[in-house]
Amino acid sequence: MYAQMIKTAGTGVKSREEMTEQERAFQDKIDADIKIEPKDWMPDDYRATLIRQIGQHAHSEIVGQLPEGNWITRAPTLERKAILLAKVQDEAGHGLYLYCAAETLGVSRDEITEMLLDGRMKYSSIFNYPTLNWADIGAVGWLVDGAAIMNQVPLQRTSFGPYSRAMIRICKEESFHQRQGYDAIRKMAEGTPEQRRMAQDAMNRLWYPSLMMFGPSDKESVHSAQSMAWKIKINTNDELRQKFVDQTVPQAEYLGLSIPDPDLKWNEARGHYDYTDPDWSEFFDVIKGNGPCNVDRLAARNKAWDDGKWVRDGLLAHARKKRTRNLAAE
Amino acid sequence: MNNEWPLWEIFIRGQHGMSHRHVGSLHAPDAEMAIKNARDVYTRRNEGVSIWVVEANNISASSPSDKGPLYEPSESKVYRHPTFFDIPDEVGAM
Repeated sequence: MYAQMIKTAGTGVKSREEMTEQERAFQDKIDADIKIEPKDWMPDDYRATLIRQIGQHAHSEIVGQLPEGNWITRAPTLERKAILLAKVQDEAGHGLYLYCAAETLGVSRDEITEMLLDGRMKYSSIFNYPTLNWADIGAVGWLVDGAAIMNQVPLQRTSFGPYSRAMIRICKEESFHQRQGYDAIRKMAEGTPEQRRMAQDAMNRLWYPSLMMFGPSDKESVHSAQSMAWKIKINTNDELRQKFVDQTVPQAEYLGLSIPDPDLKWNEARGHYDYTDPDWSEFFDVIKGNGPCNVDRLAARNKAWDDGKWVRDGLLAHARKKRTRNLAAE
Repeated sequence: MNNEWPLWEIFIRGQHGMSHRHVGSLHAPDAEMAIKNARDVYTRRNEGVSIWVVEANNISASSPSDKGPLYEPSESKVYRHPTFFDIPDEVGAM
């Protein structure tokens, strides 16, 4: 999930009696699957929570370009390079669709960008892990984008219209991302013993960070109920994590890669795989800023923002000058 | 002075599309750059053959609270639809 541990604003789910008339009408619309549009009335807490969630989601798309962009110049073939470029460009697009959706809620692009840059807003924990070699790029596409899709597909039905439309567009493009990743890691899994070893090593390092993407276990997700009532969260973290595990195990088996979890096994009675939860203390530590790449990622975003300032200012000054001249000529 | 690039709404006509459809928005310093950015953001997979850009603050929109007065009157005018009229089978297709 690209949005983890979103703190839901407000005091929890209200009963119908506790709701004002406006709040009741709002909840009725959501229950009837009628989309909420930017100009419609909405509770302040719904608006605040959505800005946090969509913002974190957008930041994840943008910061997520860094670990993959790291390998564009070193892709093993021209074709892989072109594919990776297209994928990373898509991520920029996904970030933009989501920023625009957040802006319809009344936050400006600069405000939301600055909240990322000064650490007030987060991005997904997964992007604080490094991509050490080419096998990691395959594993990221396969596992990380696979986990993202798991979360984004249900969000196409989310209650806020602009968010839902952004998700629909993103999901259409995301499938390419996962498939190119699987294709890249398959090449290695079916390659020389050394390539195989690299593929397994990437799997070993990225498996648990991928499971962490869905956020803490349901027992610890105290904010879920209100977000689910508002339909801005559709499934619980553990539901999505289980689906991801069930989907991924056969894909790994096909590659002949083993999942780094000795207790992973099919549970006939449940109809699901039993698996070991990630180390949650590591997760909370990464969220707090102590992951392997937190400092690098934020420094890279801040540098891009600062270095781009003269371009933003220059183009705006040019546009203003042109407009003034055109007005004078009329 | 606010130095944020203005917001533009983007409309694209697809290969077989009859009209331009709203696809989203983006920030750009002027119309020319808005079109260039729209091409990168919204037509990466052959989605369009024509782009319109409109600065968002030039768009006026109806208010959700006017839904009743604006659209309810048409609900009672079923005779505006061809299916309201029975044409005898003998007359043939009409």
